[in-house]
Amino acid sequence: MSSHSQLAVQLVDTTKSFGGVQALKGLDLAVPAGEITVLLGPNGAGKTTAVRMITGALPADGGLVRTFGMDPADNGEAIRRRCGVVSAKPALYDRMSGWDNLDYSAALYDVKGDRRAVIREAAGRFEIDHALDQAVGGYSTGMKTRLALARALLHGPDLLLLDEPTSGLDPESSHAVLGLIREMTADGTTIVMCTHLLVEAEGLADQIVMLDDGINLLEGPQDELINRYWPTTTVRFDAEDPTALDALATLPGVANYQRNGVATAELADAASIADCVQHLSAAGVRLTRVEPHKPSLEELYFRVRREHREATNAPAPAMTGNLA
Amino acid sequence: MRSLNWSRVFTIAKHDLRQLMKSKDFLIPMGILGGLFFIVLPGILLLSISAIGEFGSVTQISEALEVLPSKAQEQIQGDTPTVRTQYALAVYLFAPLAIIVPLTISSAVGSATLVGEREKGTGEFLAHSPAATTEIFLGKLIASLAPGYATTLVGFSIYSIMVNVIVGPEVGGWFFPTSDWWLLMLWVVPPFLCFALSLVLRLSARVKSTAAAQQASGLVTLPLIIVAYSQSTGSLFGAANATIVIGFLAWVGAIFSLTRGMKAVRRGRLLGVADEA
Repeated sequence: MSSHSQLAVQLVDTTKSFGGVQALKGLDLAVPAGEITVLLGPNGAGKTTAVRMITGALPADGGLVRTFGMDPADNGEAIRRRCGVVSAKPALYDRMSGWDNLDYSAALYDVKGDRRAVIREAAGRFEIDHALDQAVGGYSTGMKTRLALARALLHGPDLLLLDEPTSGLDPESSHAVLGLIREMTADGTTIVMCTHLLVEAEGLADQIVMLDDGINLLEGPQDELINRYWPTTTVRFDAEDPTALDALATLPGVANYQRNGVATAELADAASIADCVQHLSAAGVRLTRVEPHKPSLEELYFRVRREHREATNAPAPAMTGNLA
Repeated sequence: MRSLNWSRVFTIAKHDLRQLMKSKDFLIPMGILGGLFFIVLPGILLLSISAIGEFGSVTQISEALEVLPSKAQEQIQGDTPTVRTQYALAVYLFAPLAIIVPLTISSAVGSATLVGEREKGTGEFLAHSPAATTEIFLGKLIASLAPGYATTLVGFSIYSIMVNVIVGPEVGGWFFPTSDWWLLMLWVVPPFLCFALSLVLRLSARVKSTAAAQQASGLVTLPLIIVAYSQSTGSLFGAANATIVIGFLAWVGAIFSLTRGMKAVRRGRLLGVADEA
């Protein structure tokens, strides 16, 4: 965990209700500066509310919110000047041209210097410069997202908050947008991205924060989290005679063994794989497959959610398809 | 409390006005309304009276002018009933138009402005921007006020020329606008507009849809139009002092209402979240 001074954002025991609905129930969140933090969770988990509190667009009911070490309730303008936000809907003015949208943002954020050059550069970076004279209402979803990203970057923010930026995009556009987001960290920009798409988070995040029901279930780098939940090395074995693999159960270094079609052994460490292969070969077992298995973010996600539900006696969600 | 960034206020106002200028479905009705009330109707009326001449109905109208306050009667120029009637209509009858036209146009713009940001999703952009809610309110106020007031000024200028061309030669030259009209346009109309818009913007910040905002703003502006109608007419009939007092009271009310109105804009309302609506 980064030290306090290196945190771009810190939320401690933050609560927020809308009418009778409690959106955040004591959320803790620490966003290290200069890294990509992905907020992962189903719809209604509190991701968007958290983003809105970080910029001070919504006040917290309770708890502590600090962005760049400042309280958004007192220093909202200073904080928002240093933030760029792309919301799930691009929030663009459809009747205006792409240029007008960027120019409006540049004026509101008081972009210094040659504003026209800044706009052209941002539009060029997101390959939207050819369409700047057209009304945004005629843009495709991908073009709108790229324009929204260009707008969020115009004033050189230190913190970018992206709320499901690939929502509604085709796979090719999504891939391009994620590539652009990755590029943005090169200059030290801190990025907080909300998504419910596990595959996006998997390739992008320096740190993953899993939210559900207004609280933080888990946070940390993906590998660290997986090692926390699966401290052993999982290896899948197969052989011409699968029953012969049962010998693995008694070998030293094998913490757990089970065979359901394919044999899966949990080993104390990766070095034990060679010992196991040597033992089995010596016993005359003809191996056809030895495959170390690293649990995916998806497995981690569903395990954490399942354990949370079991701990809180909450019913399983009817559908989790959008998170696969 | 930090000071207002007027540059940001005008940025918001300019942006909203540019959006309006791109909207033909707004510009055309605005032009028709201004043209109808400032040019077509008065033009037809004044020219008809000229054409009819010293006829029974015109004479009757001329006699009816005797019900006006004595000060107003003294100011009516012209040697014949026709000219006196034209003069009275030009100076007194159309005064309320100076209130109705800008109020109608500005209310239509203002009612959609804040709730429109929320409906189109652009409220999210504004809510996360560094603009203070006061700056957003004032920017929206200017953007709502300008089209109505500008239409009125343009319409009023054309109206003035028309009145001077039709009636002027009969009363010894150009006479319009009179000093009372100048006071009305520059001192009385602006605060009435500001007062109405402060209420309309407050409504726009609170309601859930543009349709609801327009319905509600109609309820607010209708009584205000009636009050403004009577006050503007009265200010022309009365002494200049009365106009100044009416204008002063209207300004006090407008400033009070605007101060209250600034608090109606909250970022949560721009976002459209449940407890802020």
